[in-house]
Amino acid sequence: MINKKRLTHLKQLEAESIHILREVAAEFSNPVMMYSVGKDSSVMLHLAMKAFAPSKLPFPLLHVDTLWKFKEMIEFRDKRAKDLGFELIVHSNPDGIEMGISPFTHGSKVHTDVMKTEALKQALNAGGYDAIIGGARRDEEKSRAKERVFSFRDTNHRWDPKNQRPELWNVYNTAIQKGESVRVFPISNWTELDIWQYIYLENIEIPSLYFAKEQDVVEYEGTKIMVDDKRMPESLRKTSKKEMVRFRTLGCYPLTGAINSSATTLPEIIKEMLLSTSSEREGRLIDKDQEGAMELKKIEGYF
Amino acid sequence: MDIINYLKEHENKDMLRFLTCGSVDDGKSTLIGRMLYDSKMIFDDQLSAAESESKKYGTTGEKIDMALLVDGLQSEREQGITIDVAYRFFATENRKFIIADTPGHEQYTRNMVTGASTADVAIILIDARKGILTQTRRHSFIVNLLGIEHVIIAINKMDLVDFSQEVFESITHSYEELANELGIKKRYYIPVSALDGDNVVDTSEHTPWYKGKTLLALLDSMDISKEVKEESFRFPVQYVNRPNLDFRGFCGTIAAGSLKVGDEITVLPSGKATKVKSIINAGDISEANRELTCKEAFAPMAITITTEDEIDISRGDMLVHTSSMPRVSNALKVMLVWMDEKPMQLTRSYDIKRATSVISGSFDHINYKIDVNTYKREQVQELELNDIASCKMTLTRPIAADIYGDNRLTGSFIVVDRLSNNTVGAGMIVDVARRESDKSQEKNIFNIWNDKKQFLDGTNVKRTFKERQVVFLKMGKNIGIESDGKGKEFLRPVLVYKKFNNEQFLGFAMTSQKKEGKFYYKLSEDSYVILSQIKTYSSKRISHSIKRVSEKTLMRVHEKFMHLITPS
Repeated sequence: MINKKRLTHLKQLEAESIHILREVAAEFSNPVMMYSVGKDSSVMLHLAMKAFAPSKLPFPLLHVDTLWKFKEMIEFRDKRAKDLGFELIVHSNPDGIEMGISPFTHGSKVHTDVMKTEALKQALNAGGYDAIIGGARRDEEKSRAKERVFSFRDTNHRWDPKNQRPELWNVYNTAIQKGESVRVFPISNWTELDIWQYIYLENIEIPSLYFAKEQDVVEYEGTKIMVDDKRMPESLRKTSKKEMVRFRTLGCYPLTGAINSSATTLPEIIKEMLLSTSSEREGRLIDKDQEGAMELKKIEGYF
Repeated sequence: MDIINYLKEHENKDMLRFLTCGSVDDGKSTLIGRMLYDSKMIFDDQLSAAESESKKYGTTGEKIDMALLVDGLQSEREQGITIDVAYRFFATENRKFIIADTPGHEQYTRNMVTGASTADVAIILIDARKGILTQTRRHSFIVNLLGIEHVIIAINKMDLVDFSQEVFESITHSYEELANELGIKKRYYIPVSALDGDNVVDTSEHTPWYKGKTLLALLDSMDISKEVKEESFRFPVQYVNRPNLDFRGFCGTIAAGSLKVGDEITVLPSGKATKVKSIINAGDISEANRELTCKEAFAPMAITITTEDEIDISRGDMLVHTSSMPRVSNALKVMLVWMDEKPMQLTRSYDIKRATSVISGSFDHINYKIDVNTYKREQVQELELNDIASCKMTLTRPIAADIYGDNRLTGSFIVVDRLSNNTVGAGMIVDVARRESDKSQEKNIFNIWNDKKQFLDGTNVKRTFKERQVVFLKMGKNIGIESDGKGKEFLRPVLVYKKFNNEQFLGFAMTSQKKEGKFYYKLSEDSYVILSQIKTYSSKRISHSIKRVSEKTLMRVHEKFMHLITPS
């Protein structure tokens, strides 16, 4: 009998991701999954539910809340936790809260360093996690293209891009010493299009901010941002106008650019994406700080 | 096209992973950049970033440097070389592609091996002006070693030889010889110019004599599915899922073959057999229905299996069809690629991770090291970074092993240093040592029994014991528990005569029937030591101890036994 069965690319990607998630659960004693509420996180959560069914997730989800996320993201997060019954850990940097860090007054670099990178380190140190599952994809940015699926971090959470462990076949080296950890990226080989197609195919819930709606937006540092609350300086808020917009990525509202769009359904979003001429991270102000910014951030411990 | 129809079509896309082999000067990054660029998957803003960076590091004058689109890390960009392995993605109407982009220099052999390990297809770049070089031989060797069956030979920089058909054919001819020497199964030749895009995505008007497909058209259409006879089912158990007492599922990714509900399966290396009760295909589970089962599953699906019998199955075990079992052994012949700065030391213990099992093992002998450029074999005592050698590997426990050529996922392993935790090597199983019993053409009954015995002796319980004890032993074959006709455990009392170590002792069998003469020693009215029935026993057999005789008694037994065995 000739056996020529092949899985479609999405089913192959899905199987690979499930394999990686199970490997984490089997090999590490204290894993955690990063949850950012965005579409990639939604896909990861969906894959994890599949990997361990009919059991509940064998690890908690960790959300680093910079306190500047869109309101809807927080509501969505809490509802998902309730509906799916996973353990949710939320952490915000108390020092940053005390200092009153704001992207508007301190700028994106300080805000990201304190409320994101530093907060993440605090949460990871507090939890003592030996494996941290993240939703980064290799197609997002050039320095990610070289990162391993199981990416080793020293006791200071640092990445050494020049000294990575070889990674062959689907055999992952999970050996670490106490205090060290591994960042695991189950959706490394997915592209943005794969993510959207999968969300469409599997009917995965995502925040409505991804869909075009009429919102109050202002022009800020060359990007269109949404007025999500009153912490936006009044001088800026005064300039707001209503526009049909949606978001290609979700993060801190003052740092996340909106795009004009009329796409209100998944197929329309995908169509727009296919025809679009700018890549996903364009909307994120964080990468524009300097050339090779992501590589430096990663070395310092940012995902 | 209507977006809904478009999505429907694209749901059924296939996936192909390929590796590009070449050095800086061959235009490898340029070729990849060209494919990404021309297939319209490079977004505008990445492109505009590349334009400003070209001015800083670029090497192509005013044109956009395609290589900058793909070279990853900042430090590497400054050096103008690609080190490490980078993965790139693009898609066409039919396929999603994953490119493993690896450096070609000899000092990066390990990176190329890494990239090749997951690739279905390899593209070997040859500079048309230079023809087959030492590096071409090296790349071809590694590609073949890692089991890549389809090799595309892209003869690049055709613009610099005036798109000469003669040059193309001469290189094609020489490469055929090389491919035959190595045994590369399928090869495809294409004349290209990556810099200008000839025959990469669009057919070149400069090569009217070339009637074949462009590089992208070939990648898009080539048939990579293996036409093999029903593959043997292999399932490395990855994770045991036990949410409650009613459910015990064995999770994993099917490495080869297919499985149906009701199939007879064997757990290796224990040898226990059972039947498949249900299969849960993780891919089919929706949030609403978290326990969907299916009738059949095939590689590379991620599934969960439940079994008819409650037998012991854990991570690292392999489930196979009882009708098609692999060899089980701890002695393997392997091709080893050394990936660490620190040389490989013979007989040192390393952790060997094969599929989901981690077992310590060592390399006891280097049969030969192979020169990747000349293919000559050398005798060496240690292996250094990037060395490739045939070795004998011994594991501390047996595994169910396949030959790499038959199964990439169950025939491969990584070597982890137990101190540094680094991945220091990667290997491919090329032969599994036959047990002595397999060697004779006609298996006799003893050999069959010997085969069974390996699986039956499953107990790991350690019993402590002392000399002079009378212990009850499980007798019979090498079976953990032996039943007599009444279904009870068949136990026999034995006197511990001489303890060799914690595992073994010399003992006399005993009987309760009254016996007299030089062969017997009377302990009490209903217990007699049979001096002629002395033998070495394993402590695994011990069930329990009933009493201990005095030193004086043991000395009398000893004297009578010595007398018995003294030649007359």
